[in-house]
Amino acid sequence: MNNRFFAVACVAAFSVALSGVASADTLVAIAGPMSGQYASSGDQIRKGAEMAIADINAKGGVLGQKLDLVIGDDACDPKQAVAVANQMVNKKIAFMHGHWCSSSTIPASDVYNEANILMVTVSTNPKVTDRGLKNLFAIAGRDDQQGQVAGAYLAEKFKGKKIAVVDDKSAYGKGLADEIAKAMQAGKAAPAMRESITAGEKDYSGLVTKMKSAGIEVMAYGGYPAELALILRQAQQAGLKLTVMGGDTMSNADLVTAAGGNADNVLFTFGPDARKNPAAAAVVKKFRDAKIEPEGYVLYAYAAFQLFDQAAAKAGSLKFADLEKSMRAGKFNTVIGHIEFDAKGNSKAPAFVVYRWKGSQYDTVK
Amino acid sequence: MASIIQQLINGLTLGSIYGLIAIGYTMVYGIIGMINFAHGDIYMVSAFIAVTCFTLLAAAGISSVPLALLIVLAVTVAFTSVFGWSVERTAYRPLRGSTRLAPLISSIGMSIFLQNMVQVTQGARVKSIPPIITGGIDLFTRDGFNVHLAYSQIIIVMVTVALMAVFTWLITQTSFGRQQRACEQDRTMAMLLGIDVDRTISLTFMIGAALAAVAGVLVTVYYGVIDFYIGFGAGIKAFTAAVLGGIGSLPGAMLGGLVIGLIEAFWAAYLSAEYKDVATFSILILVLMFRPNGLLGRPEVEKV
Repeated sequence: MNNRFFAVACVAAFSVALSGVASADTLVAIAGPMSGQYASSGDQIRKGAEMAIADINAKGGVLGQKLDLVIGDDACDPKQAVAVANQMVNKKIAFMHGHWCSSSTIPASDVYNEANILMVTVSTNPKVTDRGLKNLFAIAGRDDQQGQVAGAYLAEKFKGKKIAVVDDKSAYGKGLADEIAKAMQAGKAAPAMRESITAGEKDYSGLVTKMKSAGIEVMAYGGYPAELALILRQAQQAGLKLTVMGGDTMSNADLVTAAGGNADNVLFTFGPDARKNPAAAAVVKKFRDAKIEPEGYVLYAYAAFQLFDQAAAKAGSLKFADLEKSMRAGKFNTVIGHIEFDAKGNSKAPAFVVYRWKGSQYDTVK
Repeated sequence: MASIIQQLINGLTLGSIYGLIAIGYTMVYGIIGMINFAHGDIYMVSAFIAVTCFTLLAAAGISSVPLALLIVLAVTVAFTSVFGWSVERTAYRPLRGSTRLAPLISSIGMSIFLQNMVQVTQGARVKSIPPIITGGIDLFTRDGFNVHLAYSQIIIVMVTVALMAVFTWLITQTSFGRQQRACEQDRTMAMLLGIDVDRTISLTFMIGAALAAVAGVLVTVYYGVIDFYIGFGAGIKAFTAAVLGGIGSLPGAMLGGLVIGLIEAFWAAYLSAEYKDVATFSILILVLMFRPNGLLGRPEVEKV
């Protein structure tokens, strides 16, 4: 009697435990600037992640477990990024897509690394992957590659013109500007001016006048849209005709709004436009049907969760060691194309392309 | 040579805006001996009111720029003065008569409150309006550099000069000005002579806020881009201007603003834009070492 009762109890307990496992959601997270002046990029990440998770859950989740999204806001502040990372570790997330600003990703990734949490980032500063963290994978290329493309383009297309290289002193901005300057030097077109500005200020007329009196016609800029928009406005006001070459951050339509509706003189480098990838057509349509333009980082965020889903499916487990092995060895098909990683966790196919703004859309230029 | 004149114009424009905000700091310090750290955020709030106003007017189909500018100025000044009044009423008046540090802490709290209020209600994203006043005059060209004076710069300097004239008249010629100066010299004595001290202090806050509001509108017109955090940077610079000019001295605040604007413009142009804040604050320290009361400040005489 006692024995039978024990057996029944065991079965009952076991089935409860089983169903508990089956219905327990896996926590996955994004982190980035959900507030602050770069909030619109954080917004792109959130939209991409939400759609990806809805799609993954609709097809039955990852290894039978539904995904639940946790959102962390670091406002691109390195201190806050570390706090967010610690919160995420406490919540025992299985996967992190983030952070966005290189200056946030670099300190936060150490925290995730210690806790063995897999992360996929779009940060581009070379220091992100150069430290060889085993948990970190970068899908948007590196600033040295990006700088090379931008620098070579400037050296070739604007030969003989005076080119200034300006940055905002951030990890991303200065890193990119340095690489552009290096690549220009290699292309025999040394920058005529090297300057830094203070991000968050409103008055850049000093810089604009300096460029004007030095006869600068082209400016390469490492930084974020808010400051570039102000420089563009003040250059226009001062009657300085300026062509600008920026980095991947300038793919944000906020640049055009803040510049007063016209940023047609802005070129920037960014990964190949995933919206034109035929394999992504269905997902792009889905975004557009939901009234979301899948620009900038939207599809990157979507791809990050596809990576997690596919890596977990291949590994057959959500354990970090298995996931990591599967990420490093695997070949993945995502909305941003075919992805493989090298030993440092860099995507092997991060070709950068030069774009130009036209109205509120951007398109590739030759 | 030509670019020196261009930087002079840029520096004077920027300095005018610092000066307008600095007056708010110096006036409040003069009358109650306290640094109102929330003043920079009052200016930020006024910029948001101005953007809202411009957007509403554009939606209402008012396309005449001078008319729109006047309406926005009037509305912004009115609303911001009310803000200034309520800040004084809620955060400072209850603490009058307590230690000098209490209202100081209270003003820092007020500053954080205003910033977060705007961030939560208006969103953290950058707000922008299309350029309203475009174009300008090309003054002359030398060595291939044409000196350009934007209409918006002319407006900023002219409005500042006009405002300073009105303000000087208000302080030196009117009965309110006399009461204000009396409160500044000796609050107890002023009270004994039948001056409503609380009312005078409230009015001082309102006038400071109104000047900050004008600066907010001018900044919105000139730069076209604002966010909830602009009050901090501008506040620090304006406060520095007030100290540089001699805190408590009204012409000093304006002078300090202009000096800082010019230092920034010239340093950015001829040395390095990277170190312009370092230069500004180094010069502040140097000035204070040799003139501890600022450029136009008078040494405070302890009354016995």
